Amino acid sequence: MRDITKMNHMPPARSRRSDDGLGPNSDIGAKLRALFVSVQDEGIPDRFLDLLEQLDHAEQKAKAPTANAESE
Amino acid sequence: MTEETPSFKRELLATLPSLRAFAVSLSGKHDKADDLVQDTVMKAWAKQTSYQMGTNLKAWLFTILRNEFYSQMRKRGREVQDSDGTFTERMAVHPSQYGVTDLADFKKALDALPDDQREAIVLIGASGFSYEEAAEICECAVGTMKSRVSRARTRLQGMLGVTGEADYGPDAVSAQVTSSPHFG
Repeated sequence: MRDITKMNHMPPARSRRSDDGLGPNSDIGAKLRALFVSVQDEGIPDRFLDLLEQLDHAEQKAKAPTANAESE
Repeated sequence: MTEETPSFKRELLATLPSLRAFAVSLSGKHDKADDLVQDTVMKAWAKQTSYQMGTNLKAWLFTILRNEFYSQMRKRGREVQDSDGTFTERMAVHPSQYGVTDLADFKKALDALPDDQREAIVLIGASGFSYEEAAEICECAVGTMKSRVSRARTRLQGMLGVTGEADYGPDAVSAQVTSSPHFG
């Protein structure tokens, strides 16, 4: 998940910039991340787990209409 | 093909929390953000054959969500962005190194930024994308992305009455921020 850096012909991610004023010593940067993290830390609402379950299920069914064997 | 699906699903799940956080920053509201994430997940699922495993799923998903957000906005017409009423309630139970009002004020300032500047500073400052990736997501030049981030930062500093690194006080807050396990 972390080592993937390519989208289409996108160059690899640069290492952390030091010149954008959003680093660890920046008040703006720190608050921005605190806000972002506060939402991230809410976890994944059930509706999305259910949705993915349904999508997965529908796909399995479509792929194997007779034998519904291949689950994870 | 059958092998790809569980892995795609797993990667999708792993990206969902940060995708949601991006959606909240775009829409300004939790309920709208979740609808947006739901639409994004369905779109992504339908398009998963066009996604190549091993490439940047996070950037791919952020791109879909962003496109979805702007196309919905165009359809509905611009709604005045009303800051998240549920935010303060949510924050009240969330352990944070900042006070609730402190971050609520910051969120208000962030919501007051023009869309292009807000998404730029969120992608670069919080989502962990490089300028190159963020430029690709927003379909703009890298230089444009840099100047949006810079303008966003200046505006936020103006609204919040801080002048940047040199200005932050010798208080405990800053010390906690740099040592916080949240910021890897």
